[in-house]
Amino acid sequence: MDKTGEMYFINGPVVKAKKMTGFMMHEMVLVGNVKLTGEIISLEGDDATIQVYEETTGLKPGEPVSGTGDLLSVTLGPGLIGSVFDGIQRPLDVLKAQSGDFLERGVIANALDMKKAWDVQMPNVKNGDQVVGGQVIATVKETSSVIHKIMIPPSISGIAQNVKSSGKYTIDTSLMTVTSDDGDHEIKLYQRWPVRIPRPYIERLAPKEPLVTGIRVIDTLFPISKGGTAAIPGGFGTGKTVVQHQLAKWADADVIIYIGCGERGNEMTEVLEEFPQLIDPRNGKPLMERTILIANTSNMPVSAREASIYTGITMAEYFRDMGYNVALMADSTSRWAEALREISGRLEEMPAEEGFPPYLASRIGDFYERAGRAKVIGDDQRIGSVSVIGAVSPPGGDFSEPVTTGTKRFIRCFWELDRQLANARHHPSINWLDSYSEYTSELKAWVSKNVDEKFYNMRDRFMQILTEDDTLQQIIKLVGEDVLPDGQKLIVRVANMIKVGYLQQDAFSDVDSNCQLKKQDEMLKIILNYYDRANKLVSKGVVVSEVLDDDIVNTIMRMKENIPNDKIEAFKDVETKINEFFDQLDKKYQVSVEA
Amino acid sequence: MPAKEYVGLSQINGPLIFIQKPTNVGYNEVVEIMIRNEKRLGQVVQISDQMAMIQVFEGTNGLTIDKTRVKFLGKPLMIKVSDEMLGRIFNGIGQPIDNGPEILTGDSRDMNGSPINPVSRMYPRNFIQTGISAIDALMTLIRGQKLPIFSGNGLPHNRIAVQITKQAKLKGEEAGNFAIVFAAMGIKHDEANFIRESLEQSGAIKNTIMFLNLADDPAIERIATPRVALTAAEYLAFDKNLHVLVLLTDMTNYCEALRELATARGEVPSRKGYPGYLYSDLASVYERAGMIKDRNGSITQIPILSMPNDDITHPIPDLTGYITEGQIVLNRDLNRKGIYPPIGVLQSLSRLMKDGIGKGYTRDDHPHVSSQLFASYSRVQEVKALASIIGEEELTDSDKSYLRFGEAFENEFLKQGEDEDRSIEETLDLGWKLLGYLPKIELTRVSEKEIADHYKEIKEI
Ligand SMILES: Nc1ncnc2c1ncn2[C@@H]1O[C@H](COP(=O)(O)OP(=O)(O)O)[C@@H](O)[C@H]1O
Ligand SMILES: [Mg+2]
Repeated sequence: MDKTGEMYFINGPVVKAKKMTGFMMHEMVLVGNVKLTGEIISLEGDDATIQVYEETTGLKPGEPVSGTGDLLSVTLGPGLIGSVFDGIQRPLDVLKAQSGDFLERGVIANALDMKKAWDVQMPNVKNGDQVVGGQVIATVKETSSVIHKIMIPPSISGIAQNVKSSGKYTIDTSLMTVTSDDGDHEIKLYQRWPVRIPRPYIERLAPKEPLVTGIRVIDTLFPISKGGTAAIPGGFGTGKTVVQHQLAKWADADVIIYIGCGERGNEMTEVLEEFPQLIDPRNGKPLMERTILIANTSNMPVSAREASIYTGITMAEYFRDMGYNVALMADSTSRWAEALREISGRLEEMPAEEGFPPYLASRIGDFYERAGRAKVIGDDQRIGSVSVIGAVSPPGGDFSEPVTTGTKRFIRCFWELDRQLANARHHPSINWLDSYSEYTSELKAWVSKNVDEKFYNMRDRFMQILTEDDTLQQIIKLVGEDVLPDGQKLIVRVANMIKVGYLQQDAFSDVDSNCQLKKQDEMLKIILNYYDRANKLVSKGVVVSEVLDDDIVNTIMRMKENIPNDKIEAFKDVETKINEFFDQLDKKYQVSVEA
Repeated sequence: MPAKEYVGLSQINGPLIFIQKPTNVGYNEVVEIMIRNEKRLGQVVQISDQMAMIQVFEGTNGLTIDKTRVKFLGKPLMIKVSDEMLGRIFNGIGQPIDNGPEILTGDSRDMNGSPINPVSRMYPRNFIQTGISAIDALMTLIRGQKLPIFSGNGLPHNRIAVQITKQAKLKGEEAGNFAIVFAAMGIKHDEANFIRESLEQSGAIKNTIMFLNLADDPAIERIATPRVALTAAEYLAFDKNLHVLVLLTDMTNYCEALRELATARGEVPSRKGYPGYLYSDLASVYERAGMIKDRNGSITQIPILSMPNDDITHPIPDLTGYITEGQIVLNRDLNRKGIYPPIGVLQSLSRLMKDGIGKGYTRDDHPHVSSQLFASYSRVQEVKALASIIGEEELTDSDKSYLRFGEAFENEFLKQGEDEDRSIEETLDLGWKLLGYLPKIELTRVSEKEIADHYKEIKEI
């Protein structure tokens, strides 16, 4: 039964084998005497090319390659949340228990704990009931934040038999047998799914609700929807990882999947040390209780890096199918693209731009298309979403390179990180002129209803001020600020207030790290009220220095740090203070206050 | 199993030799190459049932097709590690060159190491005081960090590296509490001598292991040098619980050797002829830094590289910056102005400082002061650009104060002596003093309380 071929060529992570007739494309195989995990990436005649997910040192021509009969797949079931996996879903703590602090090769480990007994609730299905793919047949409280819904795997439907009652079961337990046309299926607490194939859904739905991130420049200026896609391109040190970490902390998603794809080991350690301590603002539980980490760091095998984003997105789809809003961060998709390039180079494929294979853009597209908001399969009209946020690391910080341009075609939010801003330590360094979001019109209804009707109006006014400021800055660079008329000076000063007092947001501040929409709304109002009242005076000929009172400016600049999310009412005081200041000026210059 | 010996090669091409129909040869295994009475080392870099491709560390000069003998050793390149290595000097592949004895005792380790399991890592948080204000305040070095120096020809990176090795200490500890592993790749004899003599003078040499591949040594050997050095460093750090400071210089020469090899192999190049896997390759070197839970030692890496044409977007500094935990960028204009150390602070960064400074680590005000100094110095650049167009006299008063701040920042804060060892408190106080040149309303990064505690406006003279 077991098929076996013979290796005849080894070059880094790429090996070739002969006598491979009968193996499947993308079949998972075990390579060499040490049984390294690999995947078939091309078949030609009797030969196969295999990418190996572990270091190939010591492999010899003549050693065997054996089949598993399975496509490269992940195991989906209780135990995912809170785990740290490598790119092919081996749990890193299990690897550590088996081989110590340094990763060894050829270690086989179950993705999920097979021994742990879970408390399974099975209230609904009875013997003889008809069940369909996607139907929820049981629930498990996986962590304090996540109820895991056990679903019938997508392709199965039929009559339920041997239905167990609620109880404590390990994930290998058969909860019921489903009899269908093609035979009987045991339904366990877990299912397997091939990572390169998207899980099915009934229907894609339009974006409706924002994914609230707590980052002002994103939520206000360039919002992303639940089920949306965004790219964060930026040179090294511009803040991609910090933005991704912030999203993982504060985004209002039910489940977070964070993929460290070819980046630093310490950045994963940081999440591991921090998240159990941090509190999820939605429910007061530790953040780790809704998080899955996939860590394939830069020094881990390059082909597992290629697999890691598929492993991640398949898990995301699985939780989407339960009806959850899932947010997936991939840091960095460029490392994934480079892994493709490296494999392609070793296959001696004809390169397109900068050595990347010609199918780069279509692979990027396939990945981002797995995001979305959808009516999921099953019997109860659940809606779930997968939002995908990918970091892009362009060589030399040059955004015209293939991965950035390829990504731009498939995403709808572009948060461009700016080297100049990062050097000046203006963080997040998201450029407010070149970034964009295509979701604003779709999200307007929700924000108007749930936050403030005027929110997006105020947002548009911010954008207008920033755009005018940009024009004025060109003039200032040539002749200095002094020659501008007072009305324009005011715009420059208010733009500065927006940049320093609003857009800039310290991720490590106790108060300001996460800024909720209500607070954003109050801050927008304060700044625009200041601008309107100041502008009225200045346009009546009052000199601009009169309205640029140190104390007032200082109050506005510092309100983000002085007023926490749970003391929103304090903005009233700021408003009163500003209004009193202007009332006085109005009186002094006898400008009438209109309603 | 006795190692099989082959006589004769099928091809020699640049640093590569080829052997036909090898049997029982593994990928990456090490190879002994004999010509006349000379022995060289090589490594299998591609293998098929038809052909083994071998890179020769010492180069292929003088090898012949017919007389060269090749022996496959059946294991990757191993080096012996032991305490006896401290105080000793080795070549780029770990053979003694100081006329001392071979290292006989100790473990044999694969020079490629193995990746640290991310769940085994401990996040580094301990502040190392280097005594250099720019570094300590603005791009703080943390124990277990990889923080490279991006330099250029003729800039004083070696002097800075030496000053760091001499002065580095944790708060409340003595300086010199480090073992040093020094790996030289293709640098000039003078440079290597300067570093060795400085370590001798400070007495650190007895706690130092040197691996020297100099400019006139074989280029391909350089590919092994940082790996050999880090294998020794890992032994000292994780077996012997020492804090190890690893200097790797010059990574640019390392990368060029890698390019030479890739070209000889006929690989598809990516940018500037460097191989597509340069990122992964560099990561396999740089990621061998850090700390591990339940082990007391650490590896702090200071790689040095010269930016070709001072271009920070060149693939070598670029990919390095994407992997390391920040960078110290040297600046030619500052150097020309006679400022030592000529650190271009705006382009420099320490990614780990956020968790190793401030309350309980350095001083409460440190995070905000550093942020303020960055922001203000960045504004100085804009004001200077404006002044060069409209003239200084035309600047607003606020802008003029920035010019004075900028001047003082470069001459008092950045500039210091090669033996001047400033404590973090002195450094932060100095920062506050200079912020006194700026009007209070400009200081938006520091809190009102910090202003009340530390700020003193310097009125115009
Ligand atoms: N929002 C932020 N607030 C404060 N500091 C930030 C922020 N974003 C980035 N930084 C600073 O910039 C550094 C580099 O950010 P990082 O996300 O690691 O960059 P990248 O991933 O783009 O290389 C961080 O170590 C931190 O010091
Ligand atoms: Mg990053």
